[in-house]
Parts: sequence; C-alpha cells; structure tokens
Amino acid sequence: MIGLNHYLLLGTALFGIGLYGVFAKRNAIAILMSVELMLNAVNVNFVAINRFVQPAASLGQLFAIFVIVVAAAEVSVGLALIISIYRQRRSVNLDDFNLMKW
Amino acid sequence: MNLDQLVFLAISGFTITAALAVVWSRNIVRSALALILTFLGVALTFFNLGAGFLGLVQILVYAGAVAVLIIFAIMLVMKPDPGTTNPTTPSRDTHYLGGLLAWLVVIGLGLAIGFTTWPSLPAGPVDDDAVGALAQLLLGNYVVAFEAAAILLLLAVVGAIILAKGADKI
Repeated sequence: MIGLNHYLLLGTALFGIGLYGVFAKRNAIAILMSVELMLNAVNVNFVAINRFVQPAASLGQLFAIFVIVVAAAEVSVGLALIISIYRQRRSVNLDDFNLMKW
Repeated sequence: MNLDQLVFLAISGFTITAALAVVWSRNIVRSALALILTFLGVALTFFNLGAGFLGLVQILVYAGAVAVLIIFAIMLVMKPDPGTTNPTTPSRDTHYLGGLLAWLVVIGLGLAIGFTTWPSLPAGPVDDDAVGALAQLLLGNYVVAFEAAAILLLLAVVGAIILAKGADKI
C-alpha cells in the first residue's frame, strides 16, 4: 500500500539531491538547475499532502501552481543575470564572480 | 507486490536516477537533458496522485519552457570543451560539507516522516471536475494572489529583457 509517507520520502530524496547540487557545483547554471530540483520536491510534497490529507479541497495543488509561477519567474531572471555577468567576465563559474566584494 | 507499488517504485526510481544524473554529470548539456527527464518523472508522479492538470502544467512549463530556456542559456555561455563544463567545486571541504548536509537533511526528514503518525486516510476518489474546483479557488478566494502572480510574471519578463540586453541598449 503506497501511502503519504512514500511520496514524502520521494520529495525528501529529491530535495536532498538538489541541496547537494547547490553545494557541490561551480557552474551557476548547474546551481540554478539544482534549485529547480528542490522546488519540484516541494511541489511533490504539496500535491501528495493534498491528495492524502484533504482530497476534497485542492489547496495543495493551488500552492503548487503558485510555486511553479514563482519558479518560472526566478529561472528567467536568474538566467538573464548569468548571461549579463558572462558578458563582463567571460565565465559562469561562481568563483569568478567577485564584483560585489571589496 | 501489486500494481500500485510497482508503478510508484518505477516512477520514483526513474525520477531519482534522473535527478542524480543532473548532479553527477560533468557535461552540463547532459545535466540539462537529465533535468528534463526529472521534470517528466515529477509530472508522472502528479498523474499518479490524481493531479492531472498539474501534471500537464508541469510538462508545459517545466519540461517545455524552463528546460528550453536553460538549454539556450547553456548554448550562449558554453565553453568549447563540453566535457568540463559542469565541474564540482574545487574545495573538497565544501564538497564533503554539502554531501554531509544533504545526507543529514534526508535522514532527518526521513526519520521525522517515519515517526509521525499521519492520518491514515486512503486516497479517495479523484474529483471529476478538479480543474473546475481549482478555478473556483484561483478566481475566488485567492484572486489577489492570482493577480499578484500575474504582475510578478510581467515584472520578471521585463526584468529579464533589461538584464540580458543591457539597460543602455533598450
């Protein structure tokens, strides 16, 4: 019997993989992709809890839609920032981004 | 093992394998393609959970739009040698600390999930008019959040154009 905790474990595993990617990668685009993984993990949790705890009201799906909207906005602005920095620095490695350091 | 468990195991195994490929691949184009597979796996999970509309949105927005955006950005900034485009961080401390932290989060949350007594409701029948119910919420009680999300998307598009093109060239 597949229950709520199986889906929550799937979400936890995805979140952990994304967290590892954020720490272990240097490429800014790879870090953005890891953040997307974490957001997807949260969405899985929202939908699973909606399905198993309160199936009548689809509030969890509503929240997941808002998460998707914010993630789309985030990824478009983030990639524009990365391209803009690449023009100046010729690099997408986070180690080379020290424009705001003094 | 019945069909339910088999389907869940297949989908979650596929999703987690693809997510690991995103993080472990040294070639960022392969990472991006594995990311599309992860998005599709999450969409399959949504279908499995009876959230068909959300699964379709996931495929359209994530596997369609976001993935294409990421691949275009990769093409714009890629180095000539694709095998070294996605290196891990040079500092071993950061690497191990990240892995340790991720394991701690996964084990901690897993234990928390295991020890919590969830309301043992069986998954009820899926509402036939799930999209209608979602629309009632979205354009009823949550209409302000809906409008705010619309404004946020507009601002994000304008901001992305200005950032990518350069403010002096607009």
